[in-house]
Amino acid sequence: MDRHLLHQLERFLGSDSVLSRPEDLLLYEYDGSVEIARPQCIVFPRTAADVVRIVALANRHKTPIVGRGAGTGLSGGALARHGGIIVSFARMNQILEIDVENQRAIVQPGVVNADLNMAVAHAGLHFAPDPSSQKACTIGGNVSENAGGPHTLAYGVTTNHVLGLEMVMPTGELVRIGGESADGPGYDLCGLFVGSEGTLALVTEITVKLTRLPEAIKTLLAVYDRVDGATETVVEITARGITPAACEMLDGWTLRAVEAWVHAGFPLDSAAVLLIEVDGLREAVEQQAEDIGEICRLHGAREVRVARDARERDLLWKGRKNAFGAVGRLSPTYYVQDGVIPRTKLPQTLREIDRIGKENGFEIGNIFHAGDGNLHPIILFDARDPKQFERAVSTADAIIRFCIEMGGAITGEHGVGMEKDRLMPLLFTEDDLALMRRVRDAFNPAGLLNPGKIFPTGKGCGEVRIRPMPQRGTENSAPAAGKDFA
Amino acid sequence: MSSPAKAMPSRIGDIVGAANVTDDPRELAQYDVDRVRPSAAARPGTAEEISELVKLAAAEKFAVIPTGARTKLDIGMPPARYDLAVDMTRLDRVISYDPGDLTSSVEAGIPLAKLAATLAQHKQFLPLSVLFYDRATVGGTLSSGVDSPLRQAYGTARDFVLGMEFVTGDGALAKSGGRVVKNVSGYDLHKLMLGAIGSLGIITRVNFKTFPLPAESRGWLAVFSRHEDAFGFAQSIRKSPLAPHTLDIFDRQASVLFHTSAQLDKSDWGVAVSAAGNEKVMERCSRDLQAMARAANASAFSVLDEPRRSELWQRIREFPALSAEHSPDALIIKVNSLPARMGEVSQKLRSIAAISGLPFAAIARGSGVVYFALLPAERGAPAMARIAPCAREIFSVAASSKRHATIPWCPPELKREINIWGAPREDFPLMQRVKQAFDPHNIFAPGRFVGGL
Repeated sequence: MDRHLLHQLERFLGSDSVLSRPEDLLLYEYDGSVEIARPQCIVFPRTAADVVRIVALANRHKTPIVGRGAGTGLSGGALARHGGIIVSFARMNQILEIDVENQRAIVQPGVVNADLNMAVAHAGLHFAPDPSSQKACTIGGNVSENAGGPHTLAYGVTTNHVLGLEMVMPTGELVRIGGESADGPGYDLCGLFVGSEGTLALVTEITVKLTRLPEAIKTLLAVYDRVDGATETVVEITARGITPAACEMLDGWTLRAVEAWVHAGFPLDSAAVLLIEVDGLREAVEQQAEDIGEICRLHGAREVRVARDARERDLLWKGRKNAFGAVGRLSPTYYVQDGVIPRTKLPQTLREIDRIGKENGFEIGNIFHAGDGNLHPIILFDARDPKQFERAVSTADAIIRFCIEMGGAITGEHGVGMEKDRLMPLLFTEDDLALMRRVRDAFNPAGLLNPGKIFPTGKGCGEVRIRPMPQRGTENSAPAAGKDFA
Repeated sequence: MSSPAKAMPSRIGDIVGAANVTDDPRELAQYDVDRVRPSAAARPGTAEEISELVKLAAAEKFAVIPTGARTKLDIGMPPARYDLAVDMTRLDRVISYDPGDLTSSVEAGIPLAKLAATLAQHKQFLPLSVLFYDRATVGGTLSSGVDSPLRQAYGTARDFVLGMEFVTGDGALAKSGGRVVKNVSGYDLHKLMLGAIGSLGIITRVNFKTFPLPAESRGWLAVFSRHEDAFGFAQSIRKSPLAPHTLDIFDRQASVLFHTSAQLDKSDWGVAVSAAGNEKVMERCSRDLQAMARAANASAFSVLDEPRRSELWQRIREFPALSAEHSPDALIIKVNSLPARMGEVSQKLRSIAAISGLPFAAIARGSGVVYFALLPAERGAPAMARIAPCAREIFSVAASSKRHATIPWCPPELKREINIWGAPREDFPLMQRVKQAFDPHNIFAPGRFVGGL
């Protein structure tokens, strides 16, 4: 990196706010995905004014900038694909205002999701999006990726809970958008910027909606000897017009991996379990839990367990939310996919995933948000073997193609990032992508903000290239000054 | 005024068929927007035809406004240019409906009521209980950005529109989102089309999340003589676990416009609540609401039986239309406020109106949006002379408290003096960039939107 730029960053921010030693850079070359890309430096702004300065400097030096929260993302969104400056929001982690009366909060982007929840729980409120990584991931990251989570089935994803943003544009302006409700005059810019994966602006402040904590919660664990029984249960719950707060499925392979570590009480000999939660008024919850229990048994659940207290409930959820950690015990590297299908297509899709896995020599575990058809197949592979990596990716691609055939989408909550840019043409036409590019270029004209994300780089319509295994130093070499990254 | 579209009917006819194009001034009158008449109107039958129409418009630089049931064309500033009306009512099909998935994809010209009938067969619905419900189309409803009392429980359209297909300013047929309930693939461009009054493109298809119709629902009305108590009651409901489906607060003048048996007399404020759930849930709501109403000094509290209940909610929904029926030169202001500030906002609006001696009526949604109607008894110039200064005062008060205020409905003459969108804010340059990306030739509803977009 340009020594001059580094020196200027240090002068503006202080030397304790800039990292550039090789051992520091190593820590920022990865996130929760299987991607790798090394930045040239990491900066830690404390204020929006700092961010404005960083962006101005980066523009002057034509250096890419990438925003980063906790780095828990699963699609490479917070990686510096073309090198450059990572703007870490770790020090902008203050909750600025909690407005209990109006059920909203104003936070800096580096506030951890779980910290916000803890801070508002005393008032009987919560921030509804609850990604599995919520103990680490930040609200800024949630906003960039439009994060989901198990309870988004009833509560919606991040975009449904953001009222306003303060942002630094790639062109350097500090701007506020949105306001006190979602339908103020003008275009719904919040709707565009939330989920734009850090390619349109760096968010420096977020006004979020808070939601009342439910009066009553019931958590059910339904145990199946057949995977089809579990998937058919999900289809029928939806068809009967019951919307649980969450409806998660773990297949036998995954629940055994989880149980060995978490001891959540998942029966080891079962083919699948459903973790279903209903919440709301006491009177409604009782009835819904009864109805759901009945549907489970109708579809062959051999046991339906209801968590007796908060401790049992927490244990079941611990099993779900720590599942990926548990898988990490079995294999040093694994690939979590994120596809969506219409919920009615769950039974045949799971059968197809199983078939695709067998065909490619992988045992694929499934743990996912069954209620909204958001799949997370887990493929274990050995990262030391490039051939295995390529096979894992092509297996994942085959699954995503099937999701699209079913009328689904390439990502439900993890984002496109640098993981799925090449799959975008499976879902979108040249005209669709051209418009999205025009919108990106309208805000990010020099392409310096988070380059190499979302948009396919390959030419030709519908062409999907096979991706090579990420290697240190392949995709992250710093482009020459003046190069257009767009 | 000579218009480039004048010579176009034959070329438009080549695209949509001669029977589906008109340049007859009498027929065109129905497409007037703020008394500006287009030179032609086309009734395309497919998205591809719309794409061709827009390509023609882009090449010839004529201005296009898409229309549905034409119930809300007066929302917005008068068009700077207006050559071609694209009448969407032939695109009125349900393309797909999967009750098991609770999703449906429809053409934009479909009337809400027609879609509702399809969904009702499977005991489902779309929570768009909006103004002009009996005639309004999906496309017009989404483009105009009107909200529904059901936003209390279901949010606004942005919360349940899953994806869209639309024609942009270069005639390209583009889409964003998808047909599944959870999806983060690509930019959510469809959200920009909501409330954009056709300034970015023509919506051709919309994918919705649908919802199960509640098996049982009930309504209640509490009456208060002090506004603090009425808004306090609403706030206590928001803080309770009850999660009502609708929560609307209205003043006595609004109840007069309603012409229902729920008319308030000497009391000033009514709070109408509805909730859904099983019998036990309904009993619980009844009990808790009554206790909260009593604690808030309600002078009356009642369960609204049918048909009183449907009647009252229909009137609440149609409030802007009722205001205009009562007073043809009515002006309606929409203020986006914070829920806990609604009482204060509506009192301020009432005091401004009272000083000018104008009759008024107010409705506030529990989620924080206030609709305030000025109802001049006069018509024409005398009415204008009274409402214009009042509207200016309201805008200046809104600006000083950083509230968003707009005037969705007012006499067209007022728009010569006042920009109904209020002054552009700091996010306006971003909106200009959006407009440029979608509509580079500025052919969609030019001049009608915020800041002259």
